[in-house]
Amino acid sequence: MTVFVVADHRRGDLRDVSFELLTAGRELADAAGTDLHAAVISGDTDAFADKLNREGVDAIHVVDYGEEFNHDVYAQAATSLVENLGVDFLVVPNSVNGLDYAPAVASRVDWPYVSDAVDLGYVDGTLEITREMYGSKVETTVAIDDGPVVVSIRGAEWPPAEGDGDAVVSTFDADIDEDTVGSTVTGFEEADGGDVDISEAEFLVSIGRGIEEEENLELVEELVDVTDAILSSSRPVVDNGWLPENRQVGQSGKQVAPDVYLAIGISGAVQHVAGMKNSDTIIAINTDPNAPIFDIADYGIVGDLFDVVPELIEQFGGTPPDI
Amino acid sequence: MESQMKVLVTVKEVAVVQDGFEIAGTEIDDTYLSYDLNEWDNYAVEEAVQLAEAGDDVEVVAVTIGPERSEETIRAALAKGADRAVRIWDDAIADAELLDVETKAQLLGTVVEREEPDLVLSGVQANDDNFGATGVALAEEVGFQWAAVVNALDTGNVLEEGVASVRRELEGGVEELTDIDLPAVLTIQTGINEPRYASLRGIRQAQSKEISTWTIGDLGLTEDVAESSLNITAMYKPESESDAEYFDGDADKQAAQLADILRDKEVVAE
Ligand SMILES: Cc1cc2nc3c(=O)[nH]c(=O)nc-3n(C[C@H](O)[C@H](O)[C@H](O)COP(=O)(O)OP(=O)(O)OC[C@H]3O[C@@H](n4cnc5c(N)ncnc54)[C@H](O)[C@@H]3O)c2cc1C
Ligand SMILES: Nc1ncnc2c1ncn2[C@@H]1O[C@H](COP(=O)(O)O)[C@@H](O)[C@H]1O
Repeated sequence: MTVFVVADHRRGDLRDVSFELLTAGRELADAAGTDLHAAVISGDTDAFADKLNREGVDAIHVVDYGEEFNHDVYAQAATSLVENLGVDFLVVPNSVNGLDYAPAVASRVDWPYVSDAVDLGYVDGTLEITREMYGSKVETTVAIDDGPVVVSIRGAEWPPAEGDGDAVVSTFDADIDEDTVGSTVTGFEEADGGDVDISEAEFLVSIGRGIEEEENLELVEELVDVTDAILSSSRPVVDNGWLPENRQVGQSGKQVAPDVYLAIGISGAVQHVAGMKNSDTIIAINTDPNAPIFDIADYGIVGDLFDVVPELIEQFGGTPPDI
Repeated sequence: MESQMKVLVTVKEVAVVQDGFEIAGTEIDDTYLSYDLNEWDNYAVEEAVQLAEAGDDVEVVAVTIGPERSEETIRAALAKGADRAVRIWDDAIADAELLDVETKAQLLGTVVEREEPDLVLSGVQANDDNFGATGVALAEEVGFQWAAVVNALDTGNVLEEGVASVRRELEGGVEELTDIDLPAVLTIQTGINEPRYASLRGIRQAQSKEISTWTIGDLGLTEDVAESSLNITAMYKPESESDAEYFDGDADKQAAQLADILRDKEVVAE
């Protein structure tokens, strides 16, 4: 039996989740009494293997093929690794690239697929996966009776593996069939900077879907004005075209770490939190006492933003707009 | 522009839990649930309808796996411009505790094999079960190409070249430009377009559009397709890890306390 993890990298760097995978994989391997193997597919595989060689990793397999992620290559390579190396648990990141190949591997090898695990346990031969549903309002335990499985893990849930390892590094010939590669990555682009860099701000007032209407933005704009803050937002506000892309905080937006992050009408979805959890002080205003944002907040107001924000504007000598 | 193309859109009616909901066993009681078209699928429908508007002869078919109640959701897709719809349901599906990715991919896969679309658009994830996997698993099931987390699609290339030139939204504001041969499944990310509201005319027209309902048997499958090796053994509200200090009182009191903190932290000059 083996626990097998597949590293994630982009444009020359291993992504943080790769080292978290080693920790999650080692824990599972310990519980199941198995070895932990890691694979790295494409890119500067030798350098990556070197970095992944941390404590607790028994073996590293490198598939030397191409530079960047290509889902056809990853799906073929991972399938081939699973089929040839006696893998029981394939653990991959629930990253955007993970989303682009892991379900295909599960389907190819005909194993169940469980995504976005926040905890893994192995009890009496049963793998127990903890995951969230309904916008993080509910947690479930999913049990899989003695069978192999593909599971993807959420980033930043496990600490990165540390220490030097003595894993055996070997090259794996995945025998990639080029004729079946139906996708071609032609390049990368970065979102343009725009008028402000929210990652530089000391005080961010951040607005979410709770604002309801574009016209209501006037309210937070007034708050930003009187407090000299910078305005940022969660994704739906940008999706709706109410604020430009460079204002979006989160996984696909900007990483910010201001002195104070004031989240107004933001639920605290994992992809949002990924971009702001390192803020020094987090304050949340939300009508829902169970909103996940309160889990990471230092100060909280359970209340209606349309009541609280006007009062706050007045606190700083402003006049709330009529909305 | 090239004619004769078929786009299939997978749409899910998602359950939304109400504040103050209760869990009984491994389920949330129906009284605490409301239902809505999955946010990501709303964008997928819009993308399909925009393709149809740009092309000469593009048919848009919406497909869902869902109970009778979900006809409301699928009518919403029809009102926005889908031409017809397919709804899959069966007692065996109703009895299943959880529709896992494999089951959904097999059921939808049979529809894909019958309809033979050039392009399938699905959502990145369903907001309730949060698998984020059905689209890619479906592609694999039917031997289509795919791309996950697509936030831009070049309509012209789809219609004229039979290639999907997409942007995949990666982490940290980086986008990957990728070309995918058709037929393909794309999982659509929010923000790719501006979903329309259905017009009154659209809503009226939707009433006369066809929704075919297929059981597992109609699809030529057997009931074991609904079986799952995943068992939900526990469901609970996550324990709040909050050490937040809450400001109580009326809005003015809450705001006053918050203002004090902001002054304390010296982020707002007085
Ligand atoms: C691949 C991927 C990448 C993503 N990247 C990002 C990202 O970079 N950034 C991001 O933000 N999201 C991202 N998301 C989306 C994310 O999953 C959530 O959908 C999003 O963060 C929700 O935004 P929200 O909190 O504003 O809205 P909701 O989740 O709808 O929350 C609105 C909140 O407002 C509260 N509210 C409503 N009315 C009021 C009121 N009157 N007063 C006070 N509170 C009120 C509600 O209780 C609720 O908690 C991504 C998703 C995916 C799949
Ligand atoms: N029951 C369903 N009926 C139709 N489409 C679905 C269903 N479940 C999932 N999908 C599609 O697959 C996408 C991803 O869902 P999931 O993998 O469950 O997170 C959704 O956005 C839908 O487009």
